[in-house]
This record gives sequence, C-alpha cells and structure tokens, in this order.
Amino acid sequence: MSLKEEVDVLQRIPLFAKLEASKLKLLAFTSERIAFETGHVLFRQGDMGDAAYIILEGEAEVLVNGPSGPVLVAVLGRDAFVGEIAILCDVPRTASVRARQRLVCLRIAKELFLRLINEFPQIAIAVVRELAHRLEMSNEKLRESVAQVEALKKAG
Amino acid sequence: MSEALKLVWPRTAEKPDSAAGVEKPRSPGLDPTIYGFILRHSYKQQFLLLILTLSSFPFLYYSLDLPKTIVNKAIGGKKFPQEFLFWDLDQIPYLLTACGVFLALVFINGWFKYYLNVYKGQLGERMLRRLRYELYHRLLRFPIDHFKRVSSAELIPMLTAEVETLGGFIGDAFALPVFQGGTLLTIILFMFLQDPVLGAAAVALYPLQGYFIPKLQRKVNLLGKQRVRTVRQVADRVGDTAAGIVEIHANDAVRLQLAHFTRFLGTIYDLRFEIYRRKFFVKFLNNFIAQLTPFFFYAIGGYLVIRGNLSFGALVAVLAAYKDLASPWKELLDFYQLMQDSSIKYEQVIEQFQPNGLTDETLQLDPPEIIPPLTGEVTVANVSVVEDERARVLDAVSFSFAATTHVAFCGQSNSGKHELALVLARLSLPSSGRVTIGGHDIAGMHEAVIGRRMGYVGATPHFFSGTLQDNLLLGLRTRPIRQREYEPLRAKRIAIERDEAIKSGNIDLDVNADWTDYEAAGVADADELLRRVVEVLRHVDLAEDVYWFGLRGRLHATQQEAIGERLLAARGALAERLAAEGLTHLVERFDPDRYNTNATLAENLLFGTPVGPAFDFDQLASNTYVLQILDKVGLTEDLVTMGAEVAQTMVELFADLPPDHEFFEQYSFIRAEELPEFQALLARLDKGGHETLTPADRTQLLSLPFKVIVARHRLGLLDEAFQNRILEARRVFAADLPDAMRRQIEFFAADRYNAAATVQDNVVFGKIAYGEAAAPIRVPSIITEVLDALGLRETIIGVGLDFNVGNSGTRLSASQRQKGGIARALIKRPDILILNEATTALDGPTQTKVMEGVQQECQGRGLIWILHRASLARHFERVLVFDNGHLVGQGSFDELDKPETALKALIAAE
Repeated sequence: MSLKEEVDVLQRIPLFAKLEASKLKLLAFTSERIAFETGHVLFRQGDMGDAAYIILEGEAEVLVNGPSGPVLVAVLGRDAFVGEIAILCDVPRTASVRARQRLVCLRIAKELFLRLINEFPQIAIAVVRELAHRLEMSNEKLRESVAQVEALKKAG
Repeated sequence: MSEALKLVWPRTAEKPDSAAGVEKPRSPGLDPTIYGFILRHSYKQQFLLLILTLSSFPFLYYSLDLPKTIVNKAIGGKKFPQEFLFWDLDQIPYLLTACGVFLALVFINGWFKYYLNVYKGQLGERMLRRLRYELYHRLLRFPIDHFKRVSSAELIPMLTAEVETLGGFIGDAFALPVFQGGTLLTIILFMFLQDPVLGAAAVALYPLQGYFIPKLQRKVNLLGKQRVRTVRQVADRVGDTAAGIVEIHANDAVRLQLAHFTRFLGTIYDLRFEIYRRKFFVKFLNNFIAQLTPFFFYAIGGYLVIRGNLSFGALVAVLAAYKDLASPWKELLDFYQLMQDSSIKYEQVIEQFQPNGLTDETLQLDPPEIIPPLTGEVTVANVSVVEDERARVLDAVSFSFAATTHVAFCGQSNSGKHELALVLARLSLPSSGRVTIGGHDIAGMHEAVIGRRMGYVGATPHFFSGTLQDNLLLGLRTRPIRQREYEPLRAKRIAIERDEAIKSGNIDLDVNADWTDYEAAGVADADELLRRVVEVLRHVDLAEDVYWFGLRGRLHATQQEAIGERLLAARGALAERLAAEGLTHLVERFDPDRYNTNATLAENLLFGTPVGPAFDFDQLASNTYVLQILDKVGLTEDLVTMGAEVAQTMVELFADLPPDHEFFEQYSFIRAEELPEFQALLARLDKGGHETLTPADRTQLLSLPFKVIVARHRLGLLDEAFQNRILEARRVFAADLPDAMRRQIEFFAADRYNAAATVQDNVVFGKIAYGEAAAPIRVPSIITEVLDALGLRETIIGVGLDFNVGNSGTRLSASQRQKGGIARALIKRPDILILNEATTALDGPTQTKVMEGVQQECQGRGLIWILHRASLARHFERVLVFDNGHLVGQGSFDELDKPETALKALIAAE
C-alpha cells in the first residue's frame, strides 16, 4: 500500500475528512505503518495513551476489564479509528485492544498529531468541528434518553 | 617514610628497563626570572652559541675586506707576481684565487648563519619544551582544591599560546645582544678613530635614549601584564559560557553574558590602544633621535672641515659608518623590547604555577621498589579541616578501625563526611591531625602506594577521551610493564625521541609500551583480564550496557580472526531460530538475488558496507564509478526522474512548515535550507525538461532516491520491475568493480564476516523489518539468546570495551559513569576502597545490587562507603555518624539504630 491509499483511508475518518489532501499526506507520511501478530496487544486499559491507530487490514478486539476478567465489547475492522481520545487529551486508555488476526495499522503518534495541530490551525479547526459534532450527537442521544426516561416515569 | 616502603624491586624479567639508571627529570622549583631559567638549563649551550658567534666574526670581517683587495690589487694592481696568502701569483691566477677565496668565505658565512640559526632554534624549542613540561608537571602537583580557584580555561593559554614566543627569545638571549652590541661597538670605535669629536657626537644622544626609553618601556610593560591577565579572564569567560550554556538559555541570560563580554573586550581595547600609543611613541623618539645625530655631524663636522681640522674624506667615512650604525642599534632596541615582553610573559605564567601546598615531587616520581599492602589499623587522630578560614568543616575527629573493615559514614551534606573521605584518600591534607594506616602516616606515602593500594571513587568520576577499556584499566597502567618490540628503523627513531625527551628534562617512559599490569589485577594474561573485567562489570551492573556497546561495535582485525567464525555460526543459528518460531518476516535477510525492501536503494545497489569515504552513502550520487554503472544499465535518467518525484513530494509535504521544524530532520529527504533550491530546480524542470538540468542539479536529484526505503517510506515509486533493474545494476556494479576499489567496499556474503559492519548487523545479516510491531522487541532478545547459547556474551562485552566514551565520557550516561568509576577502582583490587557518594545517580534497586556486588568484591579487604542515604548503613559492619564536623556516633548498625540517636534522625529524614 502506498501513501496515496493511506491518504484515502485517512479521508474516510470523520476526524480528518475535512483536512486538505496535502496535510493528510503529511500526516500519513510522518505516521508509521505497523503490523501486529495475532494476539499482540496494541495497548492496555489504564495505560497512558501515546498513539492512535487506524486499521488498514485485519480485525481487532476491544476488551474492557470486568469483575471476572476482560470482556469482549467490540470487534473493529478496516477503517476503524482506535484510541483517538488518548491523543487529544491526557486520559488513561478506557479499554484494551488486541489483534484478532494479523493486523496492519497506521500508527499516529500523539506527539506528532499535536505538533501538526500546532503547526496548522486548520487541522485544529477541523478537529474542533468534528468534536463539536460528536458532542452535539451525544447531547442529542442524551436528550432522547432523558425523554425516554421521562416517558417511562409517566407511564409509571 | 617507613623503612618498609624503601625495599628493593624483586629482579623480575618484567621489570621495565627504563627504571634502571636513567637520570630522572627534576624540577627544582621554577626560576623567578627568565634569565635564571635560561642559565640554569642551558648555560653550556649559550656559551657555545657565544663562541660560535664570535668565531664567525673574523670570517665576516675578512669577507667584507676581501672585495677591497680584489678591486684594488687584483683588478687595479700593476706589479705582478704578487703575494697572495702563501703564494706568489700572476694577475689572472691572483684574481681567480682571490675570487675562489671569496666564494669559500660566502659558503663559510652562510654555513655559520645556517648552523647558528638551527642551533638557536633547537635550543629555544628544547627550552620551551622543558618549560611546558615543568608547568604541566606542576599542574599535576597542585593541591586538589587549588583547582577550585583556577579554571582550565585560564591554564590552557598559559601552557600553550602565552609561552609559545619564548622559544625564539631563548635562542637569542645572549648571542644576539653580543653580536649586535659587538658590531655597534666596532663601528663606534671606528668613528672615534676617525675623529674623537665626531665619535662623541654620534653617541652623544645615547645616554638620553638609555635614560628615557626604559622609563617609557616600563609603563608599556605594566600595561602588557594587565593585558595578559585580562585575556586570561576572557578565556575563562568563554570556558564558563560553554560549560553553563544550559543555564544561560534557561534563564534568558544571553544579554547579560554579552554585556559582560563587551566589558572585557572594552578593557582589552583600552589596554591595547594605550600600549600602541606608548610603543609608537618610543619608536618615534628613537627615530627622532637617530635622525637628530646627523645634525651634529653636519654642524660640527662641517665646521671642523671648514676650519681645516678634519679632512673631507674622513667626514664622508664617518657619515657612511653612521649609516651602518643604525641597523645594529635598531636590532638592539627591538631585542630590548622582546626581552621585556618575554620576561613579563615568563614571570606572569610562573606566578600562576606556584600555589601553596604543591605535592612533593618525590612522592610522585621514582616509586618505591616494593609497594607494601595497607594493613593494620586505620587511625584518624585529631583530624581537622579548615576551609578558606571559614568554620571548621571537620573538628578534631578521632577514630580507628581495622583496615579490612567495611565501614559506612553517615551524615548530612555539611557533616564533614565528604572532606573526611578526601583526607582518607590523601586527596587533600588535613589542616591538623594525621591519618595513619598500620602506623604509617599517609601524608608521607608515595603516590604509588596510595594510588595502587587504595581506591577512591567520587560522585562524578571523570572519563578520559578514549575507549571504555582505557578508562577501566587506568588503575593498572601505572608504569610501562612490557617494552614494545619495534622494527629496527622505528626503534632507532624511538631512541632518538627518547634521547631528545631527556635533553629537555622530560620523562622518558614510552607511552606506546604495554602499561597494563596483569599482576595488579590478579590475573596472568589478557584473556584472564577480560574475564575479570566482565566479572567486575557484572558486580557493578554495567555488563549489560557494555554488551550492547559490543553489539553495535565493530571487530578489529585480531578479534575478527578469533571470533569471526563463531559470529558466523550465530548468524546461522539466528536464522534457524527465527524460522523455527515462524518469525522470518521480522528480519529481511540479505539475498544477492532479491531486493531488500527494508534497506535503502543505495544499500541495495552496493549490496555491501562502504569502507572509508569512497562509497559513502551520502556521497554516492557523485561517485563516478556508480554513475558509470547506472549509465551502463540505463538507470540514470529514470533515477533522476524518480529524484524529481521525491523532491516534488517533499516540497508538497514540507513547504508550509517553518524551516526549524523537527519534521525536517526526522522525516524529510531534503533539509529545510535546501527546500527553496529544490523548488527552483523543480520549476525549471517543469518548464524545460531534463535538458535544462546542470550536472549539479542532476547530482542533487540523484541523491534523493538513494535514500528511499521501500517498506518505510511507502512513496510507491519503486515497483517490482524497478527493483529488478536495481538488482541488475547490483550485479554489474560487483562484476565491473576495478581491483583498486575492492578494498573500499565489503560485499554482503552469507558465509563471510563483514568487518565493516557492526557485530549485530553481522549476526542479523539483513534488515530488521519496518512496521512489524514485534520486531524491535523479539529480534534483539532472540539475538541475545542465540549469542548466549554459543557462549559469546563475554566476547561481545570485550568488543564493547572498545566503545569510545567521547569527550569527558559524555557518550555514557551519568549512572554508567558512576558504575564505570566503581569498576575502575575494583579492577585494581585496592586494599581499601573509598566510595564517596559514588552511587547517587543510580535508582534504588540498582544501588542495592551494586552495593552487594562491591561488598562481595571487597571480601577480606577494606571498604569505606560515604552514604548519601543513611538507611543503607545496615549492610555494613561498622557505622560512623557525623554531624557538623564532629563524630557523633560509632558502632554496629544495630547498636546505633535506637530511638533518639543521630542515625535514627538521619534515617527518619530520608
């Protein structure tokens, strides 16, 4: 896979969708393409995050620690963007991610991404837009949930 | 010194022959004046110079006189045959003989001049060498705390530039004034003989000059002294700036530094300007007086001629003689200034090398023939240390313990424990009181006893530029043990060098001899020593680090012979292991018939490691042979095109970034400052195509694809078809390589050790794959397992010992330096080892590990550990607690570890 294809993948990620092609190319070029063997853990719940991953090939399992060991909560495939919260703010990983089969990712280091934001305000704006959009969606969901709860209460 | 220390060396075969009979240089205190120094060390040579100078006079005189004879007698003569020297000759033979003699005199005079100059030069250089040696030796005798007061930046110019001009002066010190003075006197005498009055007129103003000029000169000298001092301060300032560069930037102190520096430069400017003014005034006065004298000639001489008391011819002769007077007079005045200048320089340098408390020289040179072990009681009696007239750092401390005890000193940083450690190691002398070991006062012990029988490691051990091994074995290299065998020609050269060293009062030990004393380390030969060093490195937890140095190191010829084969076996074993574990994709091995996607295009083309600069990867695009090969296989144009594409991509990616952005260094193929160049180049290419490119442009473009690594850069430029064309070029490159270039490249070959590549690269024989998450972890660990299985770890640590530690050991981390410092002390097996907060840079677990290792090493021998954390004292037989310069508790840890004790308080404060 060449840089061009990686740029295409990046373009499909909502967070990056509105960025200029040349910036995406720089992001792709400065990111590392990296392969994980089956069972390799990309990161563990509770660790501090240092990078986000975009899955290019293969599938990954998302595991959350439960009272009786890790619980599989999702399986992610091509074009999934994993661990992006960790590169935007300093929070520990909320889940572990493990390669379910041979997995090829584009690894976007936190440092690198933050520097790009620093250098190009338009990236920051795109990111803010995307996050605002997500927040709006969350609020929407929250409103719906509240409405449902109210409805249920009334129903008694 | 006790009688025991004065025993005789056992007469062993190993005894260096230089220890026998040869007179050892002595520096009996530096002479206060430069003439004292010159006379003390070279009066014989100066005398010889004088004799030679004087004996050249007759020849010189005769050669000046002979032309007169040739003109008057040989050419203008009438009556022949005439007598010339011992023969009666006719006119032509007379002329030819006279001319022959003249020619001979020219040769003789020339030879005198040449010989005198060479002799003076040699004498001057030898004396300069002696002076520098004595100054440097004094530096080695300075009391340790003197280095707190002087900076190396001040000392360096004194030993180098400041004394440099003295050599030239020393050769002239006596010969020049005698020669020029003699000439001057001769001419004056001649003038007096012509006419006493005129002679008196010629020298009438000399007393005036003799009175005023030294007066004026004295002021210039004073200014000169000040200038030297200020320049030293500038040197100090520059050194300080370099050392404190971090603090300067971290505190926005650049302007303050500049202001300081400006002030120094201003002072120097003022001084120099004043010196110029006065110097040229002296010159002016001289010239003026010199030109005033003819006034007397014309006035007095003219009067005498008119009155008929002096012949006209005599006046002309005196005037001509007066012209000749100017040159020696000027030489003498110049010499006077040079002499003053040199005296100042000498005295100013000397005064910096006379600190109080110089170590007695006899305690450094001529070691006693037998170095007795330090046994018995270590007794500290009433030791006080007063620093700079401040409060007592140590106040009448007394204690004693057996030399083999393991003792811990505890206390806060101002407790005096640090100073006590320095006193015990005899690195500083107590202000009062004494330290004895086995009844012998250590103050009188030879440095050989202290340095070989005692170990001392401070918190920041110094590493000298050179290999790690040189630094670790420093304690074993106290004297040449085995003279080196030189081939006859070289041996002769060495003998001459040694003779010369002795003539300049330098030490006559061969630095290239083998100084490593195996016996001191308790081993028999180099192999055993390596094993012993590895053991010590394990005990100080440094073995692993050195092992990694070794993996990244290269083998030298002898090592290659010894272990190259075994490393090839490791290469095979690694490949098998990777295959067995299904991990072959983590390493892309070199294969002559395949393109290695994890290597650069340049590596793929060469398929080998460059030896020397010829095929340096960065310069490959301008290598004529490489270009020739590319042309031959028709790749040049396509590579230039590819270079343009790479450049296009780089410009597109990086053009918007500020030039100092770190992405350039990390990711770009083009440096920031080259970017505009490439932009212009691409624009030209766009307009006019390849024809518009200059050869320099082509080289620039060509250099870009050479750096491409397919697996890493993913530029999509090097498809399989293109890779195959590179393989073709690789074959042609190897096949056509002229014999002369064979030595400049080591080709990759599965069955041969590649001396130009690192040990690890040899074992891997390929490239660790990019973009495999497991590769950076699994591959090194498997390499280690494979090497361990083949018993190669020790050997590779040996290779790691050749690691160059860099300037002051800066290529080692702080903790590596501390561990290395302890290892250096352990290797020489001291009777008593003093560790002065020597593990402060280590983390807790490592510290414990090192402490265990050191205690194991020091079993049955003495160990004094000045602890920075009192809780560690529990590992010691005996604990001494200090507070504010006083000993406030001693005993076993359990005895002291009670409520309300000083030790308890220290532990609680941690």
